Amino acid sequence: MHCVKNIIKVSRPLIQKRLLNNSAVNPATSASAASTISNKIKEELHKPGQDIIKNAFQVNQDNGTRPIYLDAQATTPTDPRVLDVMLKFYTGLYGNPHSNTHAYGWETDKEIEKSRKQVADLIGADPKEIIFTSGATESNNMAIKGVPRFYNKTKKHIITSKTEHKCILDSARHLQDEGFDVTYLSVNEDGLIDLEELEKAIRKDTVLVSIMAVNNEIGVIQPIEEIGKICRKNKIFFHSDCAQAVGKIPIDVNKMNIDLMSISSHKIYGPKGVGAIYVRRRPRVRMDPIITGGGQERGLRSGTLSPPLITGFGEACRIIKEDMSYDQKHIERLSKKLMDGLLSMEHTQLNGSKQHRYAGCVNVSFAYIEGESLLMALKDIALSSGSACTSASLEPSYVLHALGADDALAHSSIRFGIGRFTTDEEIDYVIKAINERVEFLRELSPLWEMVKEGIDLNSIEWSGH
Amino acid sequence: MSSITPPAKEQVIQLYRQFIRASSRFNNYNFRHYFLRRSRDAFKESKDVKDPEQLHNLLSKAREELQVLQRQSSISQMYSFDKLVVEPLDRHHRNLNETK
Repeated sequence: MHCVKNIIKVSRPLIQKRLLNNSAVNPATSASAASTISNKIKEELHKPGQDIIKNAFQVNQDNGTRPIYLDAQATTPTDPRVLDVMLKFYTGLYGNPHSNTHAYGWETDKEIEKSRKQVADLIGADPKEIIFTSGATESNNMAIKGVPRFYNKTKKHIITSKTEHKCILDSARHLQDEGFDVTYLSVNEDGLIDLEELEKAIRKDTVLVSIMAVNNEIGVIQPIEEIGKICRKNKIFFHSDCAQAVGKIPIDVNKMNIDLMSISSHKIYGPKGVGAIYVRRRPRVRMDPIITGGGQERGLRSGTLSPPLITGFGEACRIIKEDMSYDQKHIERLSKKLMDGLLSMEHTQLNGSKQHRYAGCVNVSFAYIEGESLLMALKDIALSSGSACTSASLEPSYVLHALGADDALAHSSIRFGIGRFTTDEEIDYVIKAINERVEFLRELSPLWEMVKEGIDLNSIEWSGH
Repeated sequence: MSSITPPAKEQVIQLYRQFIRASSRFNNYNFRHYFLRRSRDAFKESKDVKDPEQLHNLLSKAREELQVLQRQSSISQMYSFDKLVVEPLDRHHRNLNETK
């Protein structure tokens, strides 16, 4: 079994070097090219240094080189209609919205209040309950740190889950340093939290529960309404990170008993650098502000508001509310097409719940391939192996780990994000490209060879050093 | 109510043509395809509307949206980026590739 280990050690860097040498890896355009891949590989073993991918894939000279964008969970393109609203604030309306002594201030203030209403309408809130922030990360920080700090004399405990976004988990860790107790709820293999476990975790001194609506890596939708009911019954504040959910699934803060909610603008085709937090007024949620100063935004978030960003955000909310069913129909259709195309390949699996999911986020694991090398082989498609925040490190996704996936599976997963601007043509291209590249990489993999020979990989004793 | 005359069919058709023209002028592949699809579907959705007042409202809203589309497609032409891998290159770029 010693030799097995050696093959792997040799072939991994080789594959990566070959892939790196090819900036324009394009899919095979002729069937004959694809069928000769394995022969080429055998030749290649005798001729090191030659670019096999160059031989295997023909570059389509007649098309462009810019990759297809399929990472809608990281960010979305700014809608031209949103930009149109923003432009007048960069060309003429430059007043400080807090200047209440002259017309320049009044006109921008009026537009900001209009946007506040558009944001509030999207989630069924009152405009007075919307606080503009710099984005969902700031909103999450405000909620997780602000509420427990305000009630810290009597309450010392907060509850969240293991699959939350990094900014929630990191804020919670900060609170632990300040002497708070944090319970991290585990999730089942579908990625959903257990409501009974939540009820059991609630203590007398629990002040806040924070559960996200749609997961950013696997697209799983948590039972927000039921969680809201439990929190209201126990008189605990309920915060939900809805950055990935707002405008994509119906959200109503009153129906779902949400007390605090984080929203991001650039996930719904708005400008980057702006977001909002919903803070309930009845029953009133009180919190310590993180940023203090001039007392703007009810004193919860001081600092001059940015009219161009906020009106862009408002317009994005208006459009996504009006077009929610239209956009979702399109996204669901493309998502189904993509899932059918990818899951029809052998040894692939969809991560996260099949029923409780947002269609625009498809997370698939390709066994016997490393996600990062597949991403390198897919230079013509803009994809991510998980959240943008952790993709810089080669660490496997903690979300998939929480689902009970092993390292190999977590390493071989890729997230596909479909949005309003994705086309059928792009999805067809992606399915074809992934099919070809996965087959190609598996041909190079000694593990794959063994699997095809029927060797159970778990039975192998890997030699140590 | 009865005083409002329904808009002429030609008016609607002309507006539709303007929408398609403005949408197809987007330089960005994704925006172009989205607005073409959205415009077609929006006109299709409202094709059975008969109430004159509702028709007038729809038409005036559409006229405002058309202006946005015309402005933004012009802006899109001012800032162009590389073509996508699913998008054919312009003819003269293709010729450039061949001479390389």
